[in-house]
Amino acid sequence: MLEVDKITTRYGAITALHDASLEVHAGELVALVGPNGAGKTTLLNTVAGLLRPATGSVRFDGNDITASEPARLVRAGLALVPEHRRIFKDLTVAENLRLGGSTASAADRRVRLDEAAELFPVLRAKWSTSAGFLSGGEAQQLAVARALMSNPRLLLLDEPTLGLAPTMIDVVFDLLQRLREQGRTLLVVEQNATRILALADRAYLLRTGRIIATGTGPELAGDTTLFDSFIGGEA
Amino acid sequence: MTKLIQTIVDGLGVGSTYALLALGISLIFGVMHLVNFAHGELITVGAYTSYFFFLHGGSWWWMPLAIIGSAVLASMATELIAFRWVRNSSPFTLLLTSFALERLSHAFWQIAVSPKQRAFPKPEWVFNQFKIASVSFEVMDVVTIAVTALTLALTALVFKRTLFGISVRGAAEDFDAARLMGVRANRVISGAFAFAGFLAGVAATLILMRSPAAEPSMGADWLLKAVIAAVIGGLGSFTGAVVGGLVLGLLETLTRAYLPEVAVGWDKFSTAIVFVLIAIFFVVRPDGIFKVSHAERV
Repeated sequence: MLEVDKITTRYGAITALHDASLEVHAGELVALVGPNGAGKTTLLNTVAGLLRPATGSVRFDGNDITASEPARLVRAGLALVPEHRRIFKDLTVAENLRLGGSTASAADRRVRLDEAAELFPVLRAKWSTSAGFLSGGEAQQLAVARALMSNPRLLLLDEPTLGLAPTMIDVVFDLLQRLREQGRTLLVVEQNATRILALADRAYLLRTGRIIATGTGPELAGDTTLFDSFIGGEA
Repeated sequence: MTKLIQTIVDGLGVGSTYALLALGISLIFGVMHLVNFAHGELITVGAYTSYFFFLHGGSWWWMPLAIIGSAVLASMATELIAFRWVRNSSPFTLLLTSFALERLSHAFWQIAVSPKQRAFPKPEWVFNQFKIASVSFEVMDVVTIAVTALTLALTALVFKRTLFGISVRGAAEDFDAARLMGVRANRVISGAFAFAGFLAGVAATLILMRSPAAEPSMGADWLLKAVIAAVIGGLGSFTGAVVGGLVLGLLETLTRAYLPEVAVGWDKFSTAIVFVLIAIFFVVRPDGIFKVSHAERV
C-alpha cells in the first residue's frame, strides 16, 4: 500500500533522513521505533507531504505521491496524526472534527461526526468546548478522531502516547488495536517500544536517519543487541 | 449630555468603519502573517469604480454592489498576482510586497485617471438629521452603525458555522495542521482575501456615501487607522479588531469634541493625542487587548 523508496530529507545542511526505505502492506500495523532525533517524525512528515524529500520517492497504492500537497493525500486516503497532536485549540471539539472531515461530502461528514461521538464518549461530553481546555488524553483522542473524519485507509500516527498518563496510554493502545480490527492500515511512531513491538505486525528501527533493522515486532523486540543499542540511544 | 451622546454616536460611526477595515487586516494576518499595507487601496478601487459608473449614469441603488464587487475582485487579484509568489518568504518580504502594491496603486490612478480629486454625486439623504428627544442624529451615522452591525453578524456566522470559516480559523492557528486536514492552502488564502475584500468594500461604500470622491492616495489615511485598530486589538484576533476599531473611533471623536481648541490646527492635535495614547498602550500591553495565544509561530 505504501512504499517509501530511499528517501533523503534535509533541513538546510542537516540530513535528517538518509536513504530510508520502508513498506506498509494493506491491513498491517507497522511500527517505526528509534531514539530521539533518529528521523522518525521527518519520515512521517515527508510521507504526508509536509516535507519535500531531496531524493527518493514515495508511492501510495502504486501512485507516485512524492512531495504531493497534503490536501491531495488526504483525499487519496492517507492521514497523519502529527507529533504534539496539533489540535486547533481555538476551535471547539466539534469544529476540529468538522475540519478533519473537510474533504468529505456534507452527508458523510454528518455520519462520521455521529460515529466519532459514539467511538469517543469523552469527546461527546465536550462537544462545544474549546479544544484548548482538553486534557492531554482527551486531546490525543481528538487528534485521532479528527484524522479518522477523512476515513483514511492508511493512518500515520506520530508519538500518540507522548506526555500521557499511564492509564491514558492504555486507552491509546486499545484504540490502536481497535483501529486495526476495523481494517485500517497503520504506521505508528512510538517511544514506548516494548508495547508497540508487541502489537505490531512488523517494525523498522531507525537510527541517525538510517533504517538499521527491520523484522516482525517480536523479532526486533527479541534482538537484544539491537534493542540495547536503541535503549542506549534513548538515554 | 446631548453633546456626549452625539459624540459617542459619531465615534461609533467612524469606529465601525475602522473596525471593518481592521477585521480584514487581522484576517489576512491570521492566515498569512502579512500586515497588508495595500488593504486601504481597496477603498480607492471602490471609489474609482463608483466614479467610472457615475460617469455613465450610475445610481446609488446598485452602487454598493459595484463597490463591494470591485473590492473583492481587487483583493483576490492582489493575492493571485503578488502575494501568492512570496507566500513562504519572510514576513519582511511580505510587508515590502504590500508596500510596493500600495505605491503602484497610487501611481496607477495618477496616470490612468488624474492626480486630482474626482467627485461624484452623494445619496441625497446622507446629511439628513432626525431627532430623538432633544438629541439630533445624522441618518448616515445610524446607517453606518446598522450596516456594520449586520456585516459583523454575517462575519460571525460565516466564521462560526461554515466549513470555509472554520478552515480559515484553523489555518490561522496552525497552517500545516490545516493542510493535513485536507484544507487547500491556495483556496483558503484566496477565500480569506475575498472576504477581506468584501469587508473593505462595505467600509468603502460607507466612506464614499459620506465623501463621494476618488483620489489616488485616499486609502492611505484609512489604512493607517485600520492597522492601528488591528494592532490595538491584537493582530489575528477578530473580536480584538472590532473592539480596536470602535475604541479608536471613540478616542478620536471624544478628544476632538472635548479638548480645548488650542490652535487653528487643533484637528491635527487630536490625531497626535491618539498616537501618543497608542504609543503608551503598546508599551503597557504590546499584545493588544485580546492577546492571541498562538501569536508566535514556530
